[in-house]
Amino acid sequence: MSLPGYNFAYLDEQTKRMIRRALLKAVAIPGYQVPFASREMPLAYGWGTGGMQVTAAVIGPDDVLKVIDQGADDTTNAVSIRRFFALTAGVRTTERTVEATIIQTRHRIPETPLTAGQILVYQVPQPEPLRKLEPRETETRRMHALAEYGLMHVKLYEDIARHGRITLSYDYPVLVNGRHVMAPSPIPSFDNPKMHRSPALQLFGAGREKRIYAVPPYTSVESLAFEDHPFHPWKANAPCGLCGATDSYLDEVVVDDRGGRLFVCSDTDHCTTRRAAGHRGAAAGHALAGAGE
Amino acid sequence: MYVAVKGGERAIAASHAVLAEARRGDPSVPVLGVDQIEQQLGHAVDRVMAEGALYDRTLAALAIKQAQGDLQEAAFLLRAYRTTLPRFCASLPIDTARMTIARRISATYKDLPGGQILGPTYDYTHRLLDPGLLDDAPVPPAPRAAEPADPAMPRVAALLDQEGLIRPESGDRDAEPPDLTRDPLTFPAARALRLQNLARGDEGFVLAMGYSTQRGYGGAHPFAGEVRYGTVAVEIAPEELGFAIEIGDIAVTECQMVNQFAGSRTEKPQFTRGYGLAFGHSERKAMGMALVDRALMSRELGQDVTAPAQDEEFVLSHSDNVEASGFVQHLKLPHYVDFQSELELIRRLRAEAEERVAEPNREAAE
Repeated sequence: MSLPGYNFAYLDEQTKRMIRRALLKAVAIPGYQVPFASREMPLAYGWGTGGMQVTAAVIGPDDVLKVIDQGADDTTNAVSIRRFFALTAGVRTTERTVEATIIQTRHRIPETPLTAGQILVYQVPQPEPLRKLEPRETETRRMHALAEYGLMHVKLYEDIARHGRITLSYDYPVLVNGRHVMAPSPIPSFDNPKMHRSPALQLFGAGREKRIYAVPPYTSVESLAFEDHPFHPWKANAPCGLCGATDSYLDEVVVDDRGGRLFVCSDTDHCTTRRAAGHRGAAAGHALAGAGE
Repeated sequence: MYVAVKGGERAIAASHAVLAEARRGDPSVPVLGVDQIEQQLGHAVDRVMAEGALYDRTLAALAIKQAQGDLQEAAFLLRAYRTTLPRFCASLPIDTARMTIARRISATYKDLPGGQILGPTYDYTHRLLDPGLLDDAPVPPAPRAAEPADPAMPRVAALLDQEGLIRPESGDRDAEPPDLTRDPLTFPAARALRLQNLARGDEGFVLAMGYSTQRGYGGAHPFAGEVRYGTVAVEIAPEELGFAIEIGDIAVTECQMVNQFAGSRTEKPQFTRGYGLAFGHSERKAMGMALVDRALMSRELGQDVTAPAQDEEFVLSHSDNVEASGFVQHLKLPHYVDFQSELELIRRLRAEAEERVAEPNREAAE
């Protein structure tokens, strides 16, 4: 069932209780970064230790776990983390978004809309949205306490003055519940709107930086922008080569050394499900689709 | 080609297998025993115990073997094991004045109570490669002193204390010390927390930070008041017993730096101290730590904080090599989602810039 010599889901119960307390506080103050006593995990910092600790603290034997990295279930780190929980918690795992009760993710939100009761756990490298503007933790905590976000607005304004547009394309800052500016983790800004009033519980774990934060279900999440320069998410201007989807986020795959490009869904479950339903893109049958076709 | 970016279970399993093979090396060469590492690579074991923050020579040696001698990786292995251990009590503070001395030197006094004891050190060796070590040449026995070292071995800082020339240790002795492994690091950090952080900090980082204070980034004027290495007893006082019992000995290196200090608006001229302590025999680490400890006291002493080594957020946030190594190397993980966003953005910005250049030209032509 689980790994001999280790507790269910690796962490000891005291540690889980400490993390759950931090999670409760995080849910009570949406977007606020709660410091927590992050543990060393058997995976390296920066490889999802925060997300893993959050998952370990909320997972139970009846949960069904999905792990994605870059939207895909079969990327090396997603495989590694999924195997870790299969080994230490003995839980059922899945690649289907609709079947999962807990989805741990790095850099994407699934295309399939999440439902009430699902938990989305984000791996966060840098929880502080103001860090690139102010390196000092003592300063940024004060700025959050006073809701003093002028520095961020000046940065966005300077982008527009210099480049004619906001030059952030991922980890695009959001205002949560009208109060805290929050880093959505390095998801493409394309995914930001999915956070807004999502019926799912969204939990964020930053292991190395020792912070946990949360967006409870049905909470307002606005991407920062100006009235005359509204938020505009970007994606490649093409349909998916495999399933023909025009509304999904796409990976650009270099297929030869003569400038050949193929655009495919980053969310592998979304693409597979669509193809199973008979949708076909211009490059359907390409080797990229995997051995199944 | 797509297989290269999508890992898959089989590829990972194969990678583990080839790693195990690389670790073993040529099977015709005898396998390295953990006991050999523990006995003959003692400094590596010491460093891994210090940065792994766990005193266990056998486990440290095992970690070194498992990590193929990559000491940071070995420290990480030890940390990941340590974090799963229950903690049933805290020891009493170790008393380094009661150390069983293997080496003790002072650079501030020619002679002092207890004397100068050189012990095992590379300090006075010529760094010439010794071909004798290529073979298994027998080691002649080292001479031993006729009588044991003086058990009264007062620390140099205590001697200066008697004269009132050195600033007394700050901080509350009886207060429960903070625990870096059970509470997140917060700023401003108390000295006990800073020392905990430095004690498990990367030796190279701590050394470089300490070095920078000697080269003008932080204006230190240090003297190695004392460096001592030996074993000390670890004691615990179980509640039900009501008195302390010894549970074992550990080897530690301690450094007390004495720093000249001309005084500030709030403090009169006096010597100040910097403190370093490391598991095992690690003088470089203990000395670097003592320099950084003193630099980090600048704020309390009313000195201007101008250099990196004086900046506690900078030093304490970047000293941990398990954190640093993980985050630097996580760049190997796929980032193609974010990179794709950046590609789209750059293409768009370039297209707009080209349009802006083209427009005035058109106007000029008209």
